[in-house]
Amino acid sequence: MTTGQDIVLVCALARILRGRRHVAVGSNSPIPGSAALLAQALSDGGMRVEILGSRKYSTFSGLADLFDCACTGRLDTFFLGPGQIDGQANINMVGIGPYPRLQVRWPGSHGSPLLYMMIPNIILFRTDHQRRSLVPKVDFISAPGVSPPNVYRPGGPSALVTSMAHFSFNRARARFRLESVHPGNTAESVIENTGFEFDSSPSVAVTPKPDPEMLAIISERVRFQIAELYPHFAVSLLNDLEYYKLPA
Amino acid sequence: MNVEILPVDIDSLVEHVGNGDLVALPSAVSAEYSGVSMVATRAIIRKHVKGMHLVAVPSTSLQADLLIGAGCVASLLTGSILLYEYGKANRFTAAQEAGSIVVKDSTCPAIHAALIAGEKGLPFMPVSGLIGSDILRYRMADDGWQTIDNPFGEDDPVVVVPPLRPDVTLFHVPLADRFGNVWIGRRAEFATMAKASAKTLVTFEAFFDGNLMADEDKAPATIPALYVTAVSHQPKGAWPLHGGDAYEEDAANLREYAEQSKTGAGFAEYLTRYVLDIDEAA
Repeated sequence: MTTGQDIVLVCALARILRGRRHVAVGSNSPIPGSAALLAQALSDGGMRVEILGSRKYSTFSGLADLFDCACTGRLDTFFLGPGQIDGQANINMVGIGPYPRLQVRWPGSHGSPLLYMMIPNIILFRTDHQRRSLVPKVDFISAPGVSPPNVYRPGGPSALVTSMAHFSFNRARARFRLESVHPGNTAESVIENTGFEFDSSPSVAVTPKPDPEMLAIISERVRFQIAELYPHFAVSLLNDLEYYKLPA
Repeated sequence: MNVEILPVDIDSLVEHVGNGDLVALPSAVSAEYSGVSMVATRAIIRKHVKGMHLVAVPSTSLQADLLIGAGCVASLLTGSILLYEYGKANRFTAAQEAGSIVVKDSTCPAIHAALIAGEKGLPFMPVSGLIGSDILRYRMADDGWQTIDNPFGEDDPVVVVPPLRPDVTLFHVPLADRFGNVWIGRRAEFATMAKASAKTLVTFEAFFDGNLMADEDKAPATIPALYVTAVSHQPKGAWPLHGGDAYEEDAANLREYAEQSKTGAGFAEYLTRYVLDIDEAA
């Protein structure tokens, strides 16, 4: 049973990517990967995209390029999907419980302690939205949301996109702000399922639905591109397209 | 210069791995070829090596999980560990919870930086970012990482890490010639690992006819024999991981591992069937 939700997220992320010049997507990230390829198609040649691990959709020659580009201002956008995120945008990719013998153990911090601080627009992304992930305080800081003024930090979080909503992050206030709720959700349901406090306006917008141009590009192009790394996800995208009754 | 180096069998190759060694291992996530010498990993387990200190460059998957489950490992330094689309590294997860291994959570660029310091004989290497991270806090406490003032700046703290000098580096490559030169393709980090390490052990897929260092196309992606301790000709040496264009990963075996490794008993069955009871002495 498809609800078309993956496509809503792909299109919401692609809108956030508009105007970016160089976007990288890490491993195990089919929705951000699809969003980057969609945004690239809409950019009319203005966006370079790196799907890490892909032989076709990356211009990197190796993993070191990711860190070298991040540290020399050659990358402006990256995605991270931490297990825990708190209200100050601290992220935890290590686990739950007292370190080092954790009750819940995740794979690890990967490159986030560097990338989160060096890449100007980090988009935090989760395919769910629940209090046990969006917490008052993370159990382990893989990378901090904000830094003291004397710490060299050109990068940081700019957005959090979940299955329910899109937040922006204000670095000066160290707080998230609810920008829009995805179709079918309300500001109240977002508050109910979020473990930290955040700002919002009195009337919160609804995330735009996928528009026909985006759906056409996903149907004709993106679902074939993303199949290189995520063949099962490519099939589910096709099911989502049928939900929108677009001829595939 | 061009002394012929005779490839050795797999048991002779892993004679160079001792109890308590610091061993650098590659990440499997390259689309070009996995680079992981699974054939040597199985030989290490059959040799009952104990107390290995693993350094993942910069992340790891099946290889470290298998070594941990088989009881060969004392500690793991890594940026991450998971079986990618096959799920969690179950033996690692169980061992860290039981406290039977020491886990040293790090981050990919710090591992690269420490190996570059090792490769160049430098006393330390700066790394960008990391300030405010618990990764830094724990590695400062246990491994001597520090935050210093940038000597060329003003009120500009920067993280420095000490060099990594592994006892052994172990990886699997597509090609080697008969002079002990090994071709690594795009895996530039393999050269850093080899230069930083006291010993470099390499298994390879196929022979290159001629001298890799005399071939202008191949030489820039070749590690010369001077850094290589021993080589072993092992077709399909990355199995069940992939060998790039040579062979795909064995998805059925990897699924079986992911399922079996959820319990100690299931892991023991996998180990017996695919590691202990197979003859790879050639």
